[in-house]
Amino acid sequence: MTSASVESRPHRSAARAGSAFLTTHPRTRLALLLAAPLFWLVVVYIVALALLLVTAFWSVDSFTGEITTEFTLDNIITVVTGSLYQTVTVRTVGVALAVTIIDVLLALPIAYFMAKVASPRMQRVLVILVLTPLWASYLVKAYAWRSVLSQDGILEWLLAPFGGHTPGYGLPATIITLSYLWLPYVILPIYAGLERVPDSLLEASGDLGGKSWSTLRLVVFPLILPAIIAGTIFSFSLSLGDYITVNIVGGANQMLGNLVYTNVGAANNLPLASAIALIPIVIIFGYLFLVRRTGALDNL
Amino acid sequence: MKRIPHTARRGAVVGLAIASVALLTACGTSSGSGDSGGDAATELGENEGQVSILAWPGYVEDGTNDPTVDWVTPFVEETGCEVTTKTFGTSDEALNLMKTGDYDVVSASGDATLRLIAGGDVAPVNTELIPNYAGIYDFLKDQPWNSVDGVAYGVPHGYGANLLMYNTEQFPTAPTSWDVVFDKASENAGKVTAYDSPIYIADAAVYLMAHQPDLGIENPYSLDEDQLAAAVDLLKTQRESVGEYWSDYLKEIQAFTTGDSVVGTSWQVIQNVLAGEGAPTDVVLPEEGATGWSDTWMIASEAKNPNCAYAWLDYIASPEANATATAYFGEAPSSDAACDFRDDCEAYHAGDADYASQIWYWTTPIEKCLDGRTDVTCTDYAAWTAAWQEIKG
Repeated sequence: MTSASVESRPHRSAARAGSAFLTTHPRTRLALLLAAPLFWLVVVYIVALALLLVTAFWSVDSFTGEITTEFTLDNIITVVTGSLYQTVTVRTVGVALAVTIIDVLLALPIAYFMAKVASPRMQRVLVILVLTPLWASYLVKAYAWRSVLSQDGILEWLLAPFGGHTPGYGLPATIITLSYLWLPYVILPIYAGLERVPDSLLEASGDLGGKSWSTLRLVVFPLILPAIIAGTIFSFSLSLGDYITVNIVGGANQMLGNLVYTNVGAANNLPLASAIALIPIVIIFGYLFLVRRTGALDNL
Repeated sequence: MKRIPHTARRGAVVGLAIASVALLTACGTSSGSGDSGGDAATELGENEGQVSILAWPGYVEDGTNDPTVDWVTPFVEETGCEVTTKTFGTSDEALNLMKTGDYDVVSASGDATLRLIAGGDVAPVNTELIPNYAGIYDFLKDQPWNSVDGVAYGVPHGYGANLLMYNTEQFPTAPTSWDVVFDKASENAGKVTAYDSPIYIADAAVYLMAHQPDLGIENPYSLDEDQLAAAVDLLKTQRESVGEYWSDYLKEIQAFTTGDSVVGTSWQVIQNVLAGEGAPTDVVLPEEGATGWSDTWMIASEAKNPNCAYAWLDYIASPEANATATAYFGEAPSSDAACDFRDDCEAYHAGDADYASQIWYWTTPIEKCLDGRTDVTCTDYAAWTAAWQEIKG
């Protein structure tokens, strides 16, 4: 669009001319439409990941803390062979799996009630209730659990008459808190999956003599399996990267996120932190690779 | 040296001569990664109107934590420099934050100062521009942790020891030894706490100095591989009884208030807050001695507000401000004059050079043994960091 062409047709506005130009040039139209999101995706997301990968092959001058940009495999070797990293990886995956299983077990009945039992009005109220905790800050909720689980907290007060005790700070506390934090992310995809299961299928199963348990197991479960897996992707990946909750209620335990955090924040070893950060990335990619055939990725 | 230091307009020739000497020295001893952090200022200009300070908790109080504790407002009124503060929990965190270049001034302990200097993150300080520097105790000046080759890199602030905190209900009689967090830690399994930093390894070394003399530890920051391994073993045993490690002092305060922690290493300032809340805790300096800190106010080599930074260094070294700040944190002040504004100087043995020499001040461990041994190489801070992560497991 040049000013000369505007001057030659004075009654035609620049916007109209531009519009006409784009109509006849679909490729330019597409380029303009995608430029901003692609820029975001490439620069902010992919380049950041690539830099992370590259940094893992650098090292740090231990005294001054300056990064030396010479290629070395030391960090990767340390992370792969170090017993510390193996222990912490196993612990982190264990916590993530436990959180995922607990969340799915809690989410299934809640989502089923919301989708199939509750009246439409009740349904809306329940969705709002499930979403409400997401409006409060993550930190507030984690610190709330810190005081709930404390030695003179409300849990101890509740359990003491029955001879029980609060688990105190540690891995059980971490699993409880993370299960609470990620529950909405698991309920919502399962609820959406159940919504898509037609009531007629349940009725048909009943008409053919299926008991409720058989109907659930043979009709509902296979249909919502992709939705369940979609929910587990959230709880699993969010738990895998978490370091704040375990810092607040996890006692002396570390997870992979803590190792990354201390290597960035305390040890000032960005290259080693990058190498450690690759562990959850590899695990998540492996998990996504496994579940991609179930169609779960269409439910995210 | 990548950068040629800029010289003042006046005395350019002298400056150039000094610069070339510095250049030659730097080339001759280029063991570190160069970049000395530039030159000290030679004169001060107008205050910039703001200053950004990176400090230990309790060092820069403007009344937001406790309305009666405020020594920032008088500074702002006096100099016109608005103060923004960021606190940090460990020296490593301070080091990392200083690398962002967002801060003009930092209060650095001995385990950070040399690393800051070597990294070129802080500049030499011209003490002649700081009138209150003259009153500071001589035994705090020109120390290995605040100067290099006789060039001062900051102004001493105060010093003190890392104390043993205990719950008075759990310990009706005050413990006298660190063994309650080491050999006897299992008696309070799950309720022992420890400072979450590699420098805490030195606390174990101080304990081993007294209890396993055959290890031959002379200086807790100068450990050869065997001595480090002994300290790591001790800390791994301790780890089984540790409820949580702390670096956020607010988390430690909460843990002692609720009884989740009943014994562990602490600072006087934490005890002061807990006493204010009426929590059943007290602190003691055990018989083995303790690690401690001697802190230095330093100026960033690329400070955006150097004049306000100098104004802060002078203000915080002034007797009244220094007395208020060090009294609040619970440490000895940096000058005799400050003791006129405090009535507890004796408790901290302020000015007692002999006592001050008995605290093992945080120092960065390096390969060259600090205790003078030349037949072995010592473990450096990177080794300590790796060991610390291994201990936490």
